[in-house]
Amino acid sequence: MFEALSDKLQRSFKNLRGQGTLTDENINDALREIRVALLESDVNLDVARDIIEHIRAKALGSTVATALSPAEQIVKIVRDELMEVLGKDTARFKFASQPPTVILMAGLQGSGKTTTTGKLAAWLKKGGHRPLLVSVDVYRPAAREQLKVVASTVGVQIYEGKLSETTGTADVLRLAKEAFREARNFANDVLIVDTAGRLGIDQALMDEMAQLKKELNPSEILFVADAMTGQDAVNSAKAFNDLLQITGAVLTKMDGDSRGGAALSIRKITGQPIKFLGTGEKPDAFEPFHPDRIVSRILGM
Amino acid sequence: ALTREVDDASLDDLEFALLASDIGAPTTNEIIGRLRDRALRQGIASGAELRELLKAEILRILTSVAKPVYAPSNPPEVVMMVGVNGTGKTTTSGKLAALYRREGRSVLLCAADTFRAAAIEQLEVWSQRSGVDLIKTKQGGDPSAALFDAASAAKARATEILLVDTAGRLHTKADLMKELDKMVRTSDKVVPGSPHQTLLVIDATTGQNGLQQARLFTEAAKVTGIVLTKLDGTAKGGIVVAIAHELGLPVRYVGIGEKIEDIIEFDPVAFTESLLG
Ligand SMILES: Nc1nc2c(ncn2[C@@H]2O[C@H](COP(=O)(O)OP(=O)(O)OP(=O)(O)O)[C@@H](O)[C@H]2O)c(=O)[nH]1
Ligand SMILES: Nc1nc2c(ncn2[C@@H]2O[C@H](COP(=O)(O)OP(=O)(O)OP(=O)(O)O)[C@@H](O)[C@H]2O)c(=O)[nH]1
Ligand SMILES: [K+]
Ligand SMILES: [Mg+2]
Ligand SMILES: [Mg+2]
Repeated sequence: MFEALSDKLQRSFKNLRGQGTLTDENINDALREIRVALLESDVNLDVARDIIEHIRAKALGSTVATALSPAEQIVKIVRDELMEVLGKDTARFKFASQPPTVILMAGLQGSGKTTTTGKLAAWLKKGGHRPLLVSVDVYRPAAREQLKVVASTVGVQIYEGKLSETTGTADVLRLAKEAFREARNFANDVLIVDTAGRLGIDQALMDEMAQLKKELNPSEILFVADAMTGQDAVNSAKAFNDLLQITGAVLTKMDGDSRGGAALSIRKITGQPIKFLGTGEKPDAFEPFHPDRIVSRILGM
Repeated sequence: ALTREVDDASLDDLEFALLASDIGAPTTNEIIGRLRDRALRQGIASGAELRELLKAEILRILTSVAKPVYAPSNPPEVVMMVGVNGTGKTTTSGKLAALYRREGRSVLLCAADTFRAAAIEQLEVWSQRSGVDLIKTKQGGDPSAALFDAASAAKARATEILLVDTAGRLHTKADLMKELDKMVRTSDKVVPGSPHQTLLVIDATTGQNGLQQARLFTEAAKVTGIVLTKLDGTAKGGIVVAIAHELGLPVRYVGIGEKIEDIIEFDPVAFTESLLG
């Protein structure tokens, strides 16, 4: 669908031969192509601008290495810059010194929290852990039933608990507390808390999230985001991070053809790493994040 | 030449607003290019006037694709909800069931997402909330079979509208898109000419991928219109402008919350205002 960025860059350097120096004039076209590529990949505008300025600074005056064409040289600079933004290493998972380790799932509506809760449980189980799940989504129709089905599919335990007549934040906090006690009493070393989807501007529900954090003291607060998200990724990531200080993000629905530029936006705005990718609807469609792969994808090469 | 007030900087600001709303670079470039030409030709003197021109241009794109909704002479009218995962298909099915009921029409719901965990139970809750009957099969069953049963029931009962909730699927998955095509053919077999409307449900947070969603769902299931959900958040949903511009698909409804009444008909003027606001 898109012309490969490397071809476009090749074209933008057609007048620069041999071992020329990258200068303000001769890299402008290339930088414009890179900006378009970032925007087409849904990297946030401000984030893209920052990245471009860094690339410009690095590129200016750098002599084109003998072995590389100017286009190759700039591609290398771009790659290095994006890798730097994303952080080179695959992030680790934090466990509490005193079990149970609590993992809090957070994010917008429909981003993939419940599905990812199941995937994470399956992944931990495979690693020898005994996770317990709880859904504190007392709002969305059949949300708790959904997690129950997911738990039984991956063969892990779930704390169901009971709802009161008037469901709301009181129930949410009570269920979380009960599940924590259950995990401790029954030697589950990890408790994963699936929460209702919410908007960053929903004061009441964001406040509920803060109360949950206070109650549970989680080791990991994972912001679950849809890989198809566009420019708004920075707003939601910022809202959740400002309130909760997230420890990482999970980018879901990477099995589609979206470029996943939201990864850059989320990382840049929160400073926290993308830890996992969701790559399908089934419980095993889940993998640790590798920055190099998504850099290629964002750049379309 | 451009006047001082309508200089490149003010065009850049407008360009920024369009890109920030997810309209995308190709459509934005076209719109801004046309705006620049008009500003030059008409000697536009103020930034405010330029902004009005821009609004008119976006409005033109959005309204030029609007088509009257085709209503079949014999019931039922079959309306199918399609889209990628988690956009709001089930919720929209429930809200529309209630909306049409309020308008005094008879409605039937069909639970044709037999794949996702508790998708049927989720629609069951909406069926109760809206007071609309639901036809379903079991989890893991054939969605076309559920649709066959529901379309037959709607025909027998002369129900005016049949709302079909389908499973979320990524447009890149050939097998799942084929399943959708089978559902369309099943619907047509029971109620010739149906589905009369196929609504692509798009999340307002969607970026440039939305265009490809619209393209491929239209190929597989002849999308007739868009439902833009989650517009109660901070996302602007500008991708629907690109979709209207490039594929000629109109927006029909807008989702503005999780409650049963949180759906409204698309208002292009209000949408354009908030896009630039
Ligand atoms: N293709 C694909 N689908 C996914 C992935 N992760 C989740 N989904 C699907 O996305 C949809 C929404 O997932 P959920 O887990 O229900 O999302 P949620 O964030 O819990 O939603 P709410 O609780 O309503 O806010 C479902 O159809 C899932 O099957 C993924 O990595 N790939
Ligand atoms: N804020 C807001 N949330 C919405 C809106 N529409 C749907 N949602 C929420 O988005 C999430 C996903 O909605 P669903 O109706 O389950 O989406 P779906 O497309 O049926 O999902 P799958 O069947 O898994 O593909 C739920 O948490 C809904 O409550 C809306 O207009 N505004
Ligand atoms: K989504
Ligand atoms: Mg959920
Ligand atoms: Mg659904």
